[in-house]
Amino acid sequence: MRLRRLRGPSLAVLAVLALGACATTGTDTPAADGSSNAEAREPLAAGLDYAANPDPFPSTYRGLPRQNMAIVGGTVFDGAGRKIENGVVIVTDGRIAAIGDASTPVPSGHQVVDARGRFVTPGIIDVHSHLGVYPSPGVSGMSDGNEATSPNTAQVWAEHSLWPQDPGFNTARAGGVTTLQILPGSANLFGGRGVTVRNVPSVTMQGMKMPGAPYGLKMACGENPSRVYGGRNQSPATGMGNMAGYRAAFIAAREYKAKWDKWREDGEGSPPTRNLQLETLAGVLDGTVLVQNHCYRADEMAMMIDLSKEFGYKVTAFHHAIEAYKIAPLLAREGICADMWTGWWGFKMEALDAVEANAALVDAQANSCAVIHSDDAELTQRLNQETAAAVAAGRRIGMNIPEERAISWITLNPARSLGIADQTGSLEAGKRADVVIWSANPLSVYARADQVFIDGGLAFDRTNPAYQPVSDFELGQPGFGASAANVPQGAR
Amino acid sequence: MRLRNLILGAASLAALASPAFAQDLTAITGGRVLTGTSVIENGTVVIQNGRVVSVGTGAAPSGARVIDARGKVVAPGFVAVDSGLGGSEISSVNGSDDLSNGANSISASFDVSYGLDPWSFTLPVARLGGITRAIVVPSHPGGSGGHNHQDDSDFAGVGEGGYQSPSLFAGQAAIIHLAAGNDILVKPRVAMVAPFGEAGAGVSGGSRGAEFTQFKETLTEVRLYARNRAAYDRGDLRDLSLSRADLEALIPVANGSMPLIVTVHRAADIQQVLRLAREEGVKVILDGAEEGWMVADQIAAAGVPVLLNPISNLPGNLETRASRMQNAAALDAAGVLIAIKGNEGSIHRARETRYNAGNAVSHGLPYDAAIEAITVNPAKIFGMAGQFGELRAGAAADVVVWSGDPLEPLSIAETIFIGGQEQAPTSRQFLLRDRYRDGGEGAMPPAYSR
Repeated sequence: MRLRRLRGPSLAVLAVLALGACATTGTDTPAADGSSNAEAREPLAAGLDYAANPDPFPSTYRGLPRQNMAIVGGTVFDGAGRKIENGVVIVTDGRIAAIGDASTPVPSGHQVVDARGRFVTPGIIDVHSHLGVYPSPGVSGMSDGNEATSPNTAQVWAEHSLWPQDPGFNTARAGGVTTLQILPGSANLFGGRGVTVRNVPSVTMQGMKMPGAPYGLKMACGENPSRVYGGRNQSPATGMGNMAGYRAAFIAAREYKAKWDKWREDGEGSPPTRNLQLETLAGVLDGTVLVQNHCYRADEMAMMIDLSKEFGYKVTAFHHAIEAYKIAPLLAREGICADMWTGWWGFKMEALDAVEANAALVDAQANSCAVIHSDDAELTQRLNQETAAAVAAGRRIGMNIPEERAISWITLNPARSLGIADQTGSLEAGKRADVVIWSANPLSVYARADQVFIDGGLAFDRTNPAYQPVSDFELGQPGFGASAANVPQGAR
Repeated sequence: MRLRNLILGAASLAALASPAFAQDLTAITGGRVLTGTSVIENGTVVIQNGRVVSVGTGAAPSGARVIDARGKVVAPGFVAVDSGLGGSEISSVNGSDDLSNGANSISASFDVSYGLDPWSFTLPVARLGGITRAIVVPSHPGGSGGHNHQDDSDFAGVGEGGYQSPSLFAGQAAIIHLAAGNDILVKPRVAMVAPFGEAGAGVSGGSRGAEFTQFKETLTEVRLYARNRAAYDRGDLRDLSLSRADLEALIPVANGSMPLIVTVHRAADIQQVLRLAREEGVKVILDGAEEGWMVADQIAAAGVPVLLNPISNLPGNLETRASRMQNAAALDAAGVLIAIKGNEGSIHRARETRYNAGNAVSHGLPYDAAIEAITVNPAKIFGMAGQFGELRAGAAADVVVWSGDPLEPLSIAETIFIGGQEQAPTSRQFLLRDRYRDGGEGAMPPAYSR
């Protein structure tokens, strides 16, 4: 129970409390954790005890206005590997109420959305985005993604850099992306916390923050940290320096956690001084903060797995896992997601051994978790196409990869990679109604997201300018309001 | 299946790579043929001696090797424009990059053709994506080259393309083919490259106005030099700001015989460049032109072609605020000759050129125009019309048989001819893939398989 007490209430509980004020329109989250925050001790001054307020920048996300509906007649890829021709998806109160074939009853009062000739998938989830922290325009004053001042900046949180007016959120949504993890960059061994957001327009970061989603810690292997700090004549300058840096940090985190645990247990002496850097690492050790580890090479991933065992934590996902295919069985055994590109390679030595069939080869293992990600404001708009290219690479070597399975690489598997698979990622009863209706098979280059629903609210409609949001930044800029090739701005 | 067996079967890879194969009479029959300018259903493409002999609906000539393309699509090889293929191996390894030049005395005269590597491992990868020719350009600030992933963007290098040119001119482009062999050069010095807009201003001290002035003054010097070479050699000419090599290289630009690839983004700068071209009699090709749709009629009226990336739809900086997915469609509709680029400088990601064309289609560009933009148009823009980039009698036999619509990521290039030479369907990436195909946990380490 010491773990539980250190952790305090789960983020999910806090999120529900935060949502209480707007529960009439919002989509709330059932508490997954009934733990109590009761502490007998007199509380420390505000801000000095993590457990007193583990969610200091709480989500104020409210769903968009929503309507109960039945999406009928489309070809449904449910994200969990199922394909339903002429399917029916029932959305009630922002949740998937039912999914099935044409015989699925439509409740009275539900608006019927005709998806005949079209395709229906869960909203796409991008596990690796820098929207808002490396926004467009990427000009001086706007580059807020890398706190490249020390190899360990576990104390920084990407959400504090997130500029919600980044027009990239709008273009990503037009590509079907409904959930993103916004991460710090990879200059450091520990880059800081990422944040998972719902892709709705918002004036504030808190208005996008996904209630109940666990935090991620961005860690980085390889060339980037050693190049950045080696170039400054400081450690890490090498791969071995990288490993020493991770180990030293987790030793300190173990000690920090032990001090707090002891103080909570016996209540004697002065409380430990709160340390944001160690607090995040302690969160990794107790499993509340998920490790999102930028790591290209197979040999380095294998060492990071051993490192996690040395200190007793779990790697949730390797990002940019260029060489995942070389250790696909190991990743599957360890239950680690491989978050990958299909086409990117050759931009540095650790990206040399990329193969287009990476995702297909990873996915071929039992209990695997293959994910296609972007790391890029343009690619995030076309994760469906990046998936198609990966499918083609697998089929080229005779692998049978059903389209409905490949769709899970950008829906359910990324949800697993973010620890939110109980909330979204597939069209299964009870989950958030994050749904995309595509004009054609989403593995086709010609498919466009016609409608994008987030928690059952229409967030984007390709043919209705009223549902094509424009960020504050875009207002009044050159070309604003003009049509290009008869297409208005909203569908930029 | 027959086709596949033909490729992978007894014919050894070495034999496939041999130029002797190019002599063979080959007919590709039954496919949907995209000639580059038209579509022929159930067409027959006959090739021999490295060239296309005929394209039509007739039977295969007797004695020809027949490739059955029923149910498939036959297309000209695609042409990568604004590419770095053959000139850079690993972006971050400076020694493997021969596209960037930092010498002050060698700017316009920098000739990328000397640094090309026919054995580059980037070439087979691009080839498997249907790329058979490329216009290789020197790196230039403001261009699309270099690695600029957001993850690394704070420390990847200088400028949008990770590179800052020291002068107005980045150097001269070359045309290559991607066939296996020891010589990929088709034609050197086909165009000069110069950055304008923010990047160009940076070269001239920070302001656009300074660059235009410097540019005009440079052309004046080039013309003076061209008229007075003997005096220059005697030392009887006033001091000129460029080296003799650069002055020589710029003569064809100044007299309008060599096109100038101008990297430019915002609509205001495009207008100024069009004016400059008119005033100076310089032949320009716009590169980038994200805001081109706003001044499409002016570009069309000037008869200036555009190299563009149709998926550039975000304001990466303040000179691309009006970028839209519809740029390609709007320019084409206005009558501008466009060529569609690949991604990130079209080296490692040149193979994505066809996806970019597909995305232009899904945003309003007619399908035929998209095919033209990656085949016929690049050849036209770089003075090679009729020589490659289309399936018609006399053109180089760059022919690719696709499993389906070549603009679809799901489609695969199954058979590839370049200059009539069939290309082995392999790459370093395929060797790696196959080595680990079974998980890599066998009793013998993967290193024992090849």
